[in-house]
Parts: sequence; C-alpha cells; structure tokens
Amino acid sequence: MTSLEVDVEHRAGVFHLQASFRSQGRLTALFGRSGSGKTTLVNAIAGLVRPQRGRIATDGAVLLDTRAGVFVPRHRRRIGYVFQEGRLFPHLSVRQNLLFGRWFAVRHERGDAADLHAVVALLDVGPLLERRPGELSGGEKQRVAIGRALLARPRLLLMDEPLASLDEARKAEILPYIERLRDEAGVPIVYVSHAVSEVARLATTVVVLEEGRVAAVGATADILGRLDVPALDQGGEGGAVLEARVQAHDDAYGLTILATPAGLLQVPRLSLAPGDTTRVHIRARDVLLSVGPPHGLSALNVLAGRVLEVGVTALPHEAASIAVRLDCGGAPLNARVTRKSVELLGLVPGRTVFAVIKSVSFDRGAGGGLESVGRCEDGAFVAR
Amino acid sequence: MSDWLSPQEWTAVRLSLLVASVATAASLPFGLLVAYLLARGRFWGRSLLDTLVHLPLILPPVVTGYLLLVGFGRRGPIGGLLAEYGIVLSFRWTGAALACAVMGFPLLVRAMRLSIEAVDAKLEEAAGTLGASPPLVFLVVTLPLILPGIIAGMILCFAKAMGEFGATITFVANIPGETQTLSSAIYTLTQVPGGEAGAMRLTLVSIAISVAALLGSEWMARLVGRRIAP
Repeated sequence: MTSLEVDVEHRAGVFHLQASFRSQGRLTALFGRSGSGKTTLVNAIAGLVRPQRGRIATDGAVLLDTRAGVFVPRHRRRIGYVFQEGRLFPHLSVRQNLLFGRWFAVRHERGDAADLHAVVALLDVGPLLERRPGELSGGEKQRVAIGRALLARPRLLLMDEPLASLDEARKAEILPYIERLRDEAGVPIVYVSHAVSEVARLATTVVVLEEGRVAAVGATADILGRLDVPALDQGGEGGAVLEARVQAHDDAYGLTILATPAGLLQVPRLSLAPGDTTRVHIRARDVLLSVGPPHGLSALNVLAGRVLEVGVTALPHEAASIAVRLDCGGAPLNARVTRKSVELLGLVPGRTVFAVIKSVSFDRGAGGGLESVGRCEDGAFVAR
Repeated sequence: MSDWLSPQEWTAVRLSLLVASVATAASLPFGLLVAYLLARGRFWGRSLLDTLVHLPLILPPVVTGYLLLVGFGRRGPIGGLLAEYGIVLSFRWTGAALACAVMGFPLLVRAMRLSIEAVDAKLEEAAGTLGASPPLVFLVVTLPLILPGIIAGMILCFAKAMGEFGATITFVANIPGETQTLSSAIYTLTQVPGGEAGAMRLTLVSIAISVAALLGSEWMARLVGRRIAP
C-alpha cells in the first residue's frame, strides 16, 4: 500500500506551517478553513513551495529531506496536481492538454494509447478532445484537468479544492468521477477541501489543519464524529459517517433497507443490489434526541443509543446549541441540540437516548457507481 | 517597375530592407533574453539594465550614433577588438544594421516584456508538475503564449529600423551602395537641385513598405491570436 509521509515546517510572512502526518488512505482529505495552510501543504508536496525544514516521502521515494539536502524539483516528482482553477493550456487542444505530460515522460514510464482511452472513458471527455479549453464549461475543464494529471502517470494525485469554483450542479457532476478515480484509478489522492460534505463523501483518511498545524488525523468516520475539532463542526454540518450495506428492498413502499453498524435505516429506494455497500453521512443537525421511545412521528428512522460525551466547545455565535456524541450499538452518531434541551432532558454521559434521524446523505462510495448523491428528508423515512 | 526608380534609388530601397531585416533578426534573441530578465528576474542591477535598454529611446539619435562611433569605430575599444577578428562595422552596412538594432531594441524589448508579464505563471507551474523541466516549460508554454508580443515587438523594431536616420548617418555616414538607406537617400535628394521627384518616389516606396508591414503584422497577430485565445 502506498503511503504518504509529511513532516514539514515553513514560515512565510506571519504564517507558520508546522505539519506532520502519515496516511495510507486511498483518498486523504486535507481539511480546514481557508488560511489553515492546506494549499501551502499540497504545494510543498508538489514541489511548488520549498519548506524550510522537513521531510516528504511517498511511495518509497523521498521528495524532500532538508537534513539530507534532498529537494526533488517539481518536474521530477511525478506528483499530479489538479488546481482549483484548472489551469489548462489555452494554446493547446483538449487532446494536447491531456497528452501534455507524455511529451516529457521517460520512455519506460510513458503511457500508451490504451491509457488515453481508459482516461477518456473514465472521465467522459471523448466528445471534447478536439476542442479548445476556452470552449469548455467549468465542470468540463476540471474533468480535463484531472485527466491531464492522471495521464502523466503520477505516483500521487493532489487535488486542491477542485470543486471550489463550480456551482452546485457542476459539483454534483464532478463528484462521481472523483469517486470513480478513488476506487478505480489506483493512484492515491490527496484532496484539499473546506466542505464537510465533500470530505464525508470522498475521504478514507482525514487530516484536519488548524492555523498551520495538524489538529487531528485518522479514518474519516473517527474524525468526523469528534466534538473537539471545531473546524469540523460548521454549524452541525459535521456528523457521523457510517458504512452501510443494502440488506433488502421493500418494493411495496419503494424503500431500501440499509444495514449500518448503528442499526437499520430505511431510505427511498436506491438503485443498488442487495449486498452492495454505500456510505451514509448523518449530519449532527439532522439528528433529534428523545429520552423515551418516540411515538407518532413521521420521521421514522429511530436508533437507540447511549450518550458518550456532551460537547463543551460551542462556537460563540451558536452558543445556544451544543454537540452530543452518541454510541449506537458501537457506532458513533452526533447530534446538535440546544443547551436548554441538554439541561431539560438531563443529557449526561451514560444516559440512554433515542436518536431521531431527519435526513441521511449517502453515496455509492465503494460501489464505484455513478449514481449521484442523494439526501432523504424527514417524512420519507419509515419506522424500523 | 525597375525603370521607375533609378539604380541608386533601388539600391537604397534594397539596402534599407536588408538593414532593417538583419537588425530585427539579430536583436531578437537578445531582446527576448533581456525582456525575460526584466519581466521575471529579481537581481541586482535590474533597474540599471532597464535604464540602459531604454536609453536610445530618450537620447537624441545623433548622440546614440556618436556613442556607437566612439565605441565601435575602428579605434574604439569594442570596434578595435572586433577589427582584430576582421569584423568592421564603421562605414559599412553592418554598422547601419547595428545602429538600427540599438535604436529599435527598446521597442522590441518593451512589447515582449509586456507579453511575458501577462503570461499566467500558474500555467508554467502546472506544466512543471506534468514533468516539463524549466527550459521545456519556456519552449512549449511560455513561448507560444507570448508569440503575439514577439511579433508586435519585431514589427515595431523593423519599422523603427526602416525609419532610422540620425544614429545611422552619424555612425556610418551616407555612402551610396554601402550605408545609404531610404531615409538617407531621401535626405540627400532633397539637398540637390532637381531631386524632388526622386525624393517623392522614395517617399511613396517608404509608405508602401510601412503599410505592408503593418498589414502583415495585423494578419499574423490575428492568426496567432485565434490559436491561443483563452
């Protein structure tokens, strides 16, 4: 398994980056607010920034080791980079852009025509090949930029907020391709983002950056559920990520039953076969808590659990609400409730509660398909 | 057509075209280097280089011509050195080309420098991450993107060279068949009785060449512009 090892220190003006992490993930998300040092960190990996001190290694190759005096220049690193704004060459056609990396590859590392076909098929850019970058939409440009980076046969692919300059519709258009890439291309990815939903959907490993330092690092499900990482909270956008398996379809009501470690969830019918896996993201603000088994609700996904932890670090502008971490049959779940409710219901660690789930986001994740992300709201859920 | 101009007038036209072409072509590589240094370089003496390059634009052409004479004349420090290798510039058409090149240089550099500054350095970074070494990045990304600026600079330099008078006549005089360019020929004809007709003919030739150069550059710029339109 390819690993990425980063331990760097870099000072630029008042900004001080001091970050160290290791990842074995297929898609490592660098997550943090703007100004937290995400881009500086990927630029250091790509060789666009030369850190004053540190070591970067991937796939067994040392790219930077200031103690040993090693600094591999960017054109010899074989690190693919998909930039926020695409950066396609305006004087070249889409085909020439895609094949750009091949012009400079050493013979034995050079891809063949099959590579181009595979990437063109993976990203659906066939109809665009003879066009110029100026004639492409934002989403098309990003797909070409991804293909261009892939065809240079990188050992690692960096993506710096590749969706940031796109509107919601274009984002939804690109996300499935990135999932496909993660599952099929066999190139580990480092993905920079400040959107919890993207991280929850895509990442296998999360590195949280805060003011130039690594605040947390670990598997996505572990990190996103933590209450002590304010950057993840973002007004309840954060929450639990659960691996789910399709157990059965309920054709009479048009529902799909998903088995998760926290219990069964019923969602509007998915076009997945029984046995397929998917990833479910349950945002903290979509979870209500009840101290007794609730009756007569339309929101009918209700999971029994135990309070693990009550958050203390509410954001100043949201001082009225607070995060509560639950344990549902061994799986973590987060709820964002008001402080008043915490007091009225006596929510303390150990207390048995029922989590009422208003909405579930899911993607086909490991299934590798191209189904777009879905979200089921309130009444669409049925009692278990 | 050949009877329309006298042999001496023809020689002046041919010589002017030769001098301007050689001046433009020979200063192109130096101009590109200096433009790149000024646009991207961060080194000590950058503003000094900038001033030096622009000096011929500000100085009276006669002063530039005189400085060339002092420096590149047979007894001058550089001219003497070149003479040892058999290269003589003073009172030769090559000297006229040098004078024209020096006078056109600021215009050449300025146009190219502006276009280099307009190139998004982020594209060059992207090319680097795709495996292109810095010299190759320049060749396959920077150079194609600044082509319109290079063409514009060359046209300006050529036009300046075609019209150059003061520095040329001071440095290499006005020798028919060797250093008498269009401008010097027109000047000479206006100084002799009955020369007005010849002066007018050469003036028309001069206008024709200028218009052709302008149209040619527009056409080339459009051709290139269509290829690299973002």
